[in-house]
Amino acid sequence: MKIAVCIKQVPTREWQPRLNDQKTWIREQDASYEMNEPDAYALEEALRLREKHGGEVVVCSAGPARVQTVIREALARGADRAIHVEHDTLGSADAFVVADALAAAMKDERFDLVLTGLQSDDQGHGQTGVILAERLGIPSSTIIMDVQVDPSTGSGQAGTLRVKRELEGGWFQWIAMPLPALLTIQSGINQLRYATLKGIMAAKKKEIRKAALPDGLQPAQQIVGLAVPTRSKQTHMIGGSAADAAKELVRRLRDEARAL
Amino acid sequence: MILVIAEQRDGTLNRATWETVAAAQQLAGGMPIAIAVLGAATGGVAQELASAAVADVLVAEHAALDPYTPDAYAAAASALIDSVRPAFVLLPHTYQTRDFAPLLAARLRKPLVTDVTGIEGTGNGATFVRPMFQGKLAAHVKPQGGTPAVVTIQIGAFRADAAKKGGSAAVKKVDVPIDAAAIRQKPEPPFREAKQAVDLGQAERIVAIGRGIKSQENIPLAEKLAKAMGAEVAASRPICDNGWLPMERQIGSSGQTVAPKLYVALGISGAIQHLVGMKGSRTIVAINKDAEAPIFEVADYGIVGDLFEIAPAIVAELEKS
Repeated sequence: MKIAVCIKQVPTREWQPRLNDQKTWIREQDASYEMNEPDAYALEEALRLREKHGGEVVVCSAGPARVQTVIREALARGADRAIHVEHDTLGSADAFVVADALAAAMKDERFDLVLTGLQSDDQGHGQTGVILAERLGIPSSTIIMDVQVDPSTGSGQAGTLRVKRELEGGWFQWIAMPLPALLTIQSGINQLRYATLKGIMAAKKKEIRKAALPDGLQPAQQIVGLAVPTRSKQTHMIGGSAADAAKELVRRLRDEARAL
Repeated sequence: MILVIAEQRDGTLNRATWETVAAAQQLAGGMPIAIAVLGAATGGVAQELASAAVADVLVAEHAALDPYTPDAYAAAASALIDSVRPAFVLLPHTYQTRDFAPLLAARLRKPLVTDVTGIEGTGNGATFVRPMFQGKLAAHVKPQGGTPAVVTIQIGAFRADAAKKGGSAAVKKVDVPIDAAAIRQKPEPPFREAKQAVDLGQAERIVAIGRGIKSQENIPLAEKLAKAMGAEVAASRPICDNGWLPMERQIGSSGQTVAPKLYVALGISGAIQHLVGMKGSRTIVAINKDAEAPIFEVADYGIVGDLFEIAPAIVAELEKS
């Protein structure tokens, strides 16, 4: 089975936001980066499916040169090769541009299964995977917590998928669909593995195919301003040593909020 | 014209629809509003929505809309949009619309703005506010690339009771052609994984832990605090993903929604998926080492510091008296 995993490089959780002078995007040069967490789960799921059914796992990423770091990390964890749509503008591109860029680079590969994280920890549109599915002409299902594949059995026989989709409030649902298909993967679907030293060495020799950003891709939205959110409540901040803060908090919870 | 797509299941309206109606009324600036109800048998949902101050309620019933599939819903919504030609399509930001709204927008090749928490301005000049970077920043965005712009409204961002009523909306049936053979997903009935042993919705007080707790070995620290406060222990999603606490103790969009008398967030940064599950709590305490964490935006009391020092100090304080 030929599986693609789309991964994005996003600022780390510890990163403190700093804005550019126009206040329309972050200062990318100040950020430290990591693999988008739901994408890491998608990668793990792809590796597990390959271990079960054979085939290959191809990592696909659209972004500036810096995203090579997460591509190498994915190769070190066990992906076989990679496709990198490289352009400086892709760091801040919206879901439509990223999906169109990936679709152009991926369509001739004819993947059986495409996995993405359900959303990114940066812009968080939660759209890229589904738009990509539509551009590739394949069905999609989102927020997936289990993947069962029945690979194609004979010549010309497409395989089938059965996936567990998360619904709200602790509900789930199984959904069947034909392959090829695209799934957006929910965090927590599996336990992540980390790269071994052997994996890191092996990754250095693995192929990363560079693809150009197609001309004329149109964004579907423009960020006109970015800011630290305004507080919806008047938060009373309590300072001092741990003991002093604890004392003051307990007093306020008892006397002011009457919550204890 | 603004088209609101209601969410219903088996004739029961999802209340988030009213929040989306309130958002549409704020956005409208004189534009007429129509609400569309999609499903196989939508019962009294259209009549219920006809009490809103809107121009029309459109009922699009088709056997292929039950059970829900993204392919059928995208086809139906697309047909509706063709017939009413709205400038905006508004939907509640639910697990269902997260599934089909991107498909709809991709097919139409029109913009989609998700997870909207605020609207500034009205009509075509409006900008939409949405969280980015896990809620650390709020972005003001303008859709680009023609109409309609599809917009999903975050749960709890607008008040359902702010939706203006008293209209005399006409309820109209509309035909939506759906090619049942083109539906690729075959869903099975929804189910619950396990009977929930704890109903956190009934808890008076909750101590919830997040990534800041660092490891499973530190969970007794939170349990001690919960015991001293007479609270239940709960968690944000990553803690349950790691298996440190069972899934039924998860608070947030994929877990339980709670509104206790007291909610103590220990080491929870406050991503929107968590906030929607707890921001209705009466008193919220946030304890976090990061002063910029979004959890402080909804907190009544905040302590910036090391939870491994502060939580035991609170326990000691409570045990004093």
